Amino acid sequence: MRSAAHRSPLLARLAAGAALLLASVAATVPAGAAEPIRIGELNSYKAQPAFLEPYRKAMELAVEQVNAAGGINGRPLELITRDDGGNPGDAVRVAEDLVTREKVDVLTGTFLSNVGLAVAGFADKRKVFFLASEPLTDKITWADGNRYTFRLRASTYMQVAMLMPHAVKANKKRWALVYPNYEYGQSAAATFKTLLKAAQPDVEFVAEQATPLGKLDAGAVAQALADAKPDAVFNVLFAADLAKFVREANSRGTLDGTFVVSLLSGEPEYLDPMKDEAPQGWVVTGYPWYAIDTPEHKAFLDAYQKKYGEPPRLGSIVGYTSIISLAEGLKKAGGPDTEKLVEAFKGLAVSGPFGPFTYRASDHQATMGAFVGTLGQKDGKGVMLDPVYVDGASVLPSDAEVEKLRPNRD
Amino acid sequence: MTLDSLAFQMINGLASASGLFFVAAGLSIIFGVTRIVNMAHGAFYMLGLYLAVTLADRLPGPFGYWGGLLLAALAVGLLGAAVEVLLLRRIYHVPELYQLVATFALALILNDAALWIWGPEDLLGPRAPGLKGSIELLGRRLPDYDVFLALAGPAVLLALHLLMKRTRFGRTVRAATQDREMVAALGINQALLFTAVFALGAFLAGLGGALQTAREPANLNLDLAVLGDAFVVVVIGGMGSIPGAYVAAVLVALVKALCIALGTVEIAGWAFNMTKLTLVAEFLVMALVLVLRPQGLFGRPHGAPARGLASEAPLRPMGGTGLALAGAALVAALAVPLVATAWAYAPVLALDMLIAVIFAASLHLLMGPGGMASFGHAAYFGLGAYGTALAATGLGLPTLPAFGIGILAAGAGALVFGWFCVRLEGVYLAMLTLAFAQIVWSVAFQWEEVTGGSNGLIGIWPDWPFDSRTGLYLAALAVAVVVLCLIRRLIFAPFGHALRAGRDARLRAEASGIDVARIRWLGFLVSGLVAGAAGGLYAFAKGSISPETLTVGRSIDALVMVLLGGLGSPAGPVLGAGAFTLLQDTVMRETDYWRALLGVLILALVLLFPGGIAGGRLRR
Repeated sequence: MRSAAHRSPLLARLAAGAALLLASVAATVPAGAAEPIRIGELNSYKAQPAFLEPYRKAMELAVEQVNAAGGINGRPLELITRDDGGNPGDAVRVAEDLVTREKVDVLTGTFLSNVGLAVAGFADKRKVFFLASEPLTDKITWADGNRYTFRLRASTYMQVAMLMPHAVKANKKRWALVYPNYEYGQSAAATFKTLLKAAQPDVEFVAEQATPLGKLDAGAVAQALADAKPDAVFNVLFAADLAKFVREANSRGTLDGTFVVSLLSGEPEYLDPMKDEAPQGWVVTGYPWYAIDTPEHKAFLDAYQKKYGEPPRLGSIVGYTSIISLAEGLKKAGGPDTEKLVEAFKGLAVSGPFGPFTYRASDHQATMGAFVGTLGQKDGKGVMLDPVYVDGASVLPSDAEVEKLRPNRD
Repeated sequence: MTLDSLAFQMINGLASASGLFFVAAGLSIIFGVTRIVNMAHGAFYMLGLYLAVTLADRLPGPFGYWGGLLLAALAVGLLGAAVEVLLLRRIYHVPELYQLVATFALALILNDAALWIWGPEDLLGPRAPGLKGSIELLGRRLPDYDVFLALAGPAVLLALHLLMKRTRFGRTVRAATQDREMVAALGINQALLFTAVFALGAFLAGLGGALQTAREPANLNLDLAVLGDAFVVVVIGGMGSIPGAYVAAVLVALVKALCIALGTVEIAGWAFNMTKLTLVAEFLVMALVLVLRPQGLFGRPHGAPARGLASEAPLRPMGGTGLALAGAALVAALAVPLVATAWAYAPVLALDMLIAVIFAASLHLLMGPGGMASFGHAAYFGLGAYGTALAATGLGLPTLPAFGIGILAAGAGALVFGWFCVRLEGVYLAMLTLAFAQIVWSVAFQWEEVTGGSNGLIGIWPDWPFDSRTGLYLAALAVAVVVLCLIRRLIFAPFGHALRAGRDARLRAEASGIDVARIRWLGFLVSGLVAGAAGGLYAFAKGSISPETLTVGRSIDALVMVLLGGLGSPAGPVLGAGAFTLLQDTVMRETDYWRALLGVLILALVLLFPGGIAGGRLRR
């Protein structure tokens, strides 16, 4: 699919670009006389294009659908997207810009955890509603959680917890860990060790490789892991680092016969580039768009493919569900009043492509889950086999426990 | 860990070293002859990889694959030649650092061009035909391709050596590396030589990228990642020295391999994960080498730069027009809060501009009157921001004392790092500042308990009356005015004269009794304190900070602001920082391809005002 897209002739690319531009213009034009509700969205489009281009497409699709169905009490949604520069400093300025100049009613977006946290801090200070769509850090809903910030995606903790039953079931004694050396990787590794140790007290962690993000020395790391002779490996690497790691591990045979559980590796964004070298037998979290036959997902898939002529990625799910969530919240609150919207989001029930989920009142975390499955090969590309949807609510700590994790409760 | 595994990792490291060497050798040759610090070198590498992956997908068979690699490298070499002829040739007459700005702008454009052509998703190329297997070594499997790479490095080194020693071209290049003026005087066509050298450097970068086809996917983050590594290797080896680049590449690769092989070690009952050091290992090595051997391992001290700042015109106090303009600017700045009711974004943007102005002014003091280019000025900005943030959140201090602590933290950093840096000259000095900045960054990045790690610290809002947009803006305006007046006063005080004397003629200044190292150290301190003030304001303006305040990107932004504004005038950083911030804010809103647009605008400015905006204005 990918290669077909990038081999299309120049003219087609230009035409597609022009069409996109038109579409985005169309999406931002108010549909009727009623004053639109303005959603300000900021994200690291330049820094993370692979995830965020499908994300933006799906947001536009959702806005179109909401408006076609009559908007929010007759008022259409208007989406204003901005690049956040990929860093917290620029992001806060862009957020200010959206709030003060564009007069948006709510904020949403962000990808990187540090950017998400900075915008959450800004939302708290300026009392603006903020739906953090993608950042995974646990802190955004727990340690640094605040009244005005909600988060859609399953957090690092939740993703790890979803894999835990499989890690425990494998009953391996010697584990090795490899993770990118920043907060996401560190907290995933720490959570994994804590949860596994609790479930299986005799477990041993024999090697831990913390690699610089985007600059993995794949051969050396793959070899160092193998030298520790682990029975199983927990992997947190993603994107280019993951592809490099897998290729080196394959040609060195360092993971042959080793059980691997891996975070996010089943997401098309990271799985597709590996083509026929995608690892087999790894237990992963991800998004198998080709193997979900619920009516909610079917409707989304059809609409997305019809509009864009390509399959969705996980980014599409996140973008689409963000807008749907905001629409539901705005309906429940009766309009864009910030305080009412915050109250409306507490316990808000939403039905997205992954089915129904809620925004918990206790920690403002959505219970939208993810799919867990085993990687395999089909038609020369990696796929998730027998994927099972794990409800986010089933892996989250209870409200009472969350109370302790969230010092700044509102 | 056994001895076997350590030995294996060392052999393994040679393959990585070769990859580093190709890029670094190209950078080194370009710098040696043309003195251009080529910021687009990483982009050349990235393009080489993208082109090779594309060609490998289309050309059939092993000949297609290997031929495609060569074609990709040649194409990048051609691009290099085109860049030299069409762009760089126009700006050779201005100080060398402007070519840095031009190549930086070019790197922005090339990155967006790659996004446009190849799309956002990573592209993993096929494995190399004929080298898919592996050999047995010490009971482990070493991929054939790693063996090939480990041998390709020395082979290219040998080829370059023969080229340099045995051919007329090589002799000319070596002569130009040693004394460019003399080569020109001997009637050698310099224009052609520069084009050829730039093309050769770009070709090597492209080849380095193309050879990674079998090892890593082409992606858009490669350019910056590789650029940093290549610089480090070139500086450790000694600028202009090709064998030095190879030795340095091996050294860096081996240190990293050692960190990875050691894994978690226990020292006195305290477990430390050595693999975390790979984040900063190359910069630690570079700092150590530069402190012990300032010219790099194989470098020779260069003479004074041929077209450096030596010919800088003396500074003149501001005339009546200048004072009137400055007064008008101040009145306009004071009027910003008045429009805030209608246009609430005005103080927000103006505050960011002021912070940029203060930061750029601090770097300008160092680079202009001080003659010391810093590639790591973000260190002091970040120390100021972290100092302020920790004082405000951790110690719970009120706004003003917290701000003061931030400034002192930055000053302390400048005092320590400056002591080492002022002993060096030119690019070596700049690279040592970069190394220190990277070390500070990696500490902030990893010291989760204190600095909040990669996420940083949030909830750093100032107290009343600074908690409103306008309040903080006015406070920042006051700081900016004080800082600019202070710097102006310093420049025209005996201290400033001594600083400039040390810059223009170090030996003569020392002969007349000026302790140049000490004066420069003092200049470093003042510059650090001012940068710390900018950082402190930044922390309060954003309510949060993260290691991003310490990154190379921020240092480069400041560098571009100062150079855009013009080195020769104290008004330069004000104009440069103002223009850069405004441009960035505007283009980020206007288009998805804002980086390319920003690059084009910077290029236009460099071509229109080759001495910076203030410089161009004064010259006319």
